[in-house]
Amino acid sequence: MKKEMLSLNGWIDEATRWQQSLDEFLIDYNMRELECSEEDLLAKMQDMLKVMEKSVEYGLTGVRSHSGLTGGDSKRLVEAAMGEHFVSLLGEKAMDAVIYAMAVGECNAAMGRIVAAPTAGASGVLPGVFFSLKKHCQLSDEVLARGLVVAGSIGMVIAERASLAGATGGCQAECGSAAAMAAGAAVAMLGGSAQQVGTAVAIVFKNILGLVCDPVAGLVEVPCIKRNGACALQALLAAQLALSGISSFINADEAIDAMKSVGDSLPCALKETAGGGMATTPTALAWAKQYFAGAHK
Amino acid sequence: MNLIDIIGPVMIGPSSSHTAGAVRLGLLAASILGGQPVQAEINLHGSFAETYQGHGTDMALLAGLMGWTPDDERIPEAEKYAKEGGLTYSFKKIDLGNMAHPNTVLFKLTSASGSYCEIMGSSVGGGQVKVTEIDGFPVELTGRLPAILTVHIDTRGVIALVTSTLANAGVNIATMRLFRSNKGGMASMVIECDEAVPQEILNLIGALQQIESVRFIASVL
Repeated sequence: MKKEMLSLNGWIDEATRWQQSLDEFLIDYNMRELECSEEDLLAKMQDMLKVMEKSVEYGLTGVRSHSGLTGGDSKRLVEAAMGEHFVSLLGEKAMDAVIYAMAVGECNAAMGRIVAAPTAGASGVLPGVFFSLKKHCQLSDEVLARGLVVAGSIGMVIAERASLAGATGGCQAECGSAAAMAAGAAVAMLGGSAQQVGTAVAIVFKNILGLVCDPVAGLVEVPCIKRNGACALQALLAAQLALSGISSFINADEAIDAMKSVGDSLPCALKETAGGGMATTPTALAWAKQYFAGAHK
Repeated sequence: MNLIDIIGPVMIGPSSSHTAGAVRLGLLAASILGGQPVQAEINLHGSFAETYQGHGTDMALLAGLMGWTPDDERIPEAEKYAKEGGLTYSFKKIDLGNMAHPNTVLFKLTSASGSYCEIMGSSVGGGQVKVTEIDGFPVELTGRLPAILTVHIDTRGVIALVTSTLANAGVNIATMRLFRSNKGGMASMVIECDEAVPQEILNLIGALQQIESVRFIASVL
């Protein structure tokens, strides 16, 4: 008997049929899967949120990476926003999502402690979206924990149908998937329908499809940290569209499958090997040469 | 993958393969040696050799050898702790050829009691690891489950003796792999179990005539 693949469409239909909210449905599903109580499941999610909060704090201290290539940008953004002549282009919710996402990216690059959700390289997107909405939409810790179950469940579907690894599917599979998880969770946390969660997931993949993984010198720094910020924004955009009642012509499962097929056709050079994209620009190559010479003297 | 795999693990950055996976390789190597080494020559191949400092792979490997887990906040300072704790170490670049996985490490470890062991392993992605060689002998050990590693003489019935000992102790076998140098020569078993194997059971297995050595390797995931 062939095992059926996980399906976000299927979960959405089932939750709708049973008149359950998607978070309620997915909490039940994961309790059965992990053989644990709702209390234990949400407590585990709370623990993860606490680690994420600490990662944001550490990133915002302005830490620099060990290679010296990156660091301090999230702090710079906070300071700029407080400046007298600051022109706000994003608005507070989007700005904070970017700041927190980049802070976690900088914490990760500086060997700080992070939750690899879904991966270390894309660990900023979920905290970015979650903590901005917590602050500006007054979401409780319980709502956030339930949202994390939704995010993780979306990740389970992506992991099974496609991949969450940059080495397998490019950055679209890593930061892109993180954005899809965050977008779906944001819709659920703000009271959107199960259908709207699926729409948000599909919209993210439509907007980030083809994003390659091209780290300078193979390090999780350039362009990874800013991509975490960018993908937090993509998540908010998709959630905004879905919550406004806009639908997606392509459904969530098909959008995930399309991401897989694009990932499969990406050349190896664009999948975490530092063999193309930003990693092979003259600036990147010159820096990498100097860095490796220094590392092995 | 389940929800906990996706929303986790908690780890020290920046890379699941080059940092978290490296800690796990160190943990497995120390476990195979039978405890924390006092001397470690750490040979790095491929991507490990190229980017080990930027990813903190060197510190992660030392952290694992000292028995720390991938979420230990002392990892960035592992070198300092290693020096204070009396662990002498060196890092070298080696070329294991095109066939070797790009993230491969070859440990040459000496324990406090003077035993010596060479362990080769790779970080194969997403923090998953695989030990592929112990003292030149091919094995396959992932650290996902607690495991027993034997070195024995390839003889009829030796596998049945070991597995029935485990069965009598109520230990369930999850996976099992056999390796041998040649018929009737040195052989090895890697048995992954669903639960940890108590010392008295290991003693029983070790006492079997055909068994040269038996080691218990704790899970590192």
